[in-house]
Amino acid sequence: MEITPPVSMTEFFDAVQNIPLIRYALLAGIVSSLTFGVVGSFVVTRRIGYIAAAIAHSILGGIGAAIYFSRVYDIPWLTPMIGAVIAALLSALVIGWVSLRAGEREDTIIGAIWAFGMASGLLFIHYAPGKAVSLESFIFGNILLTSRSDVIATVTLGAIILVLVGLFYHKLVAVCFDEEFARLRGVSSDAYYLLLLAITAISMVLMVRVAGIILSLALLVLPAATASRFSRKLWVIILVSIGLTFVYNTGGLALSFELDVPTGPFIVLVASLVYGLSFALKRLVR
Amino acid sequence: MIGPNGGGKSTLLKLMLGLLEPTRGSLSLFGKPAEEARKQIGYVPQAVRFDPLFPITAIDIVLMGRLDRHRFGFYSRKCRETALQALAEVGLEEFANRPFSDLSGGQRQRVLIARALACEPELLLLDEPTANIDLSVEEQFIETLALLKEKMTILMVTHDLDLISEIGDSVLCVNHRVHRHSLPLSGETIREIYSGVRRVEHDRRARHVHGDHSACEHD
Repeated sequence: MEITPPVSMTEFFDAVQNIPLIRYALLAGIVSSLTFGVVGSFVVTRRIGYIAAAIAHSILGGIGAAIYFSRVYDIPWLTPMIGAVIAALLSALVIGWVSLRAGEREDTIIGAIWAFGMASGLLFIHYAPGKAVSLESFIFGNILLTSRSDVIATVTLGAIILVLVGLFYHKLVAVCFDEEFARLRGVSSDAYYLLLLAITAISMVLMVRVAGIILSLALLVLPAATASRFSRKLWVIILVSIGLTFVYNTGGLALSFELDVPTGPFIVLVASLVYGLSFALKRLVR
Repeated sequence: MIGPNGGGKSTLLKLMLGLLEPTRGSLSLFGKPAEEARKQIGYVPQAVRFDPLFPITAIDIVLMGRLDRHRFGFYSRKCRETALQALAEVGLEEFANRPFSDLSGGQRQRVLIARALACEPELLLLDEPTANIDLSVEEQFIETLALLKEKMTILMVTHDLDLISEIGDSVLCVNHRVHRHSLPLSGETIREIYSGVRRVEHDRRARHVHGDHSACEHD
């Protein structure tokens, strides 16, 4: 019988020093925990998790379209990332416009976009010429596939989101709490709601890199959901979410590397367990 | 402002706030179109409308009354002072940093009044402020309104006739048409209005028939 040695972190730290891929993954994880903590708190507070999920699924359509058109018409700049950003923003705007103006039921349009994104993505990828595209990393994510340009994109998009939220924090909170009153005080509520959806959309693109389309929603929502069980102040929830996401991202990466398990599912599993434990912990605290 | 459900109270309120456009005619407040007059109006919606789990403190809600003077980043110190003063005016200065979800129904309603006061309004619009408050709290609430009445005009949608007779100066009956009555109302008039309201609520087919207010003394 073989005896497994106790898990040591040294192997991981060696990898961080020597393998650029691990370094990129770690860097992307650290930077994105800031973004995800902030955006996740707003998503949980405003109760738009299901919109974020629809956006995540629509991203596959963008990725598929980008791969197809870049190969068929030889457009080198049309990377999957760019396709993903365009698809996510478009879905966010359509959902926002429908819920504000068109009078169609919001959940119906969310379901439609959800399925349309997946279906179009699968078809585009099926018909794309050249070597076969592996769907697995898009659907389940793989932080270890993070490239240098991904890190640059994560940092840039993350910085844009943080600056926007920082500048308009109070207006976003006011619109989330009471859009009618905000409008009476001269805030264009519709515009800020769309801004919140756009920010959520971009976060989902970054999130899909780490955890994939199916698991990304959990990583966005669970830290904020856990945090809001212990605080009723938004800024506290945001700080705790950032902390939790940071621990999940870096700890999950390191542990999954040591234990040799897929990173995305491992991170999401830990986040779910902590969320579940928070119920028990809250009982104990009382 | 009293009247049967569906008689147009909320519509009139929304017209005054410029949230609805009149299909015919025009509406002006302080000699201006409603949308421009907004700055002078403090609006207090019903407290039950809000997400009870929303993570926000009392003071942060009151600060929303200063949004039109806020561009980006933090609120200015002057805004914070105005907001704290508004909370003090409704007797909740000690609750400034308490989460909204920890407050009682009456306290939540008063936080929303403080938010409207932070707008430094000349007209205060309240939508059924006592609808979800129990009687013991209501007395305190009436005291707050009586003090505010000295400083600004208060227009309140309510079904609470005790509240009207206690602090009201005149009554608008809204049932597709608007009638104004001066107070005190005679016992008979109150009964007429009240029974009219009840009857209309119970029998919707009779709504239009009971639009007449022949029993009221109009001015």
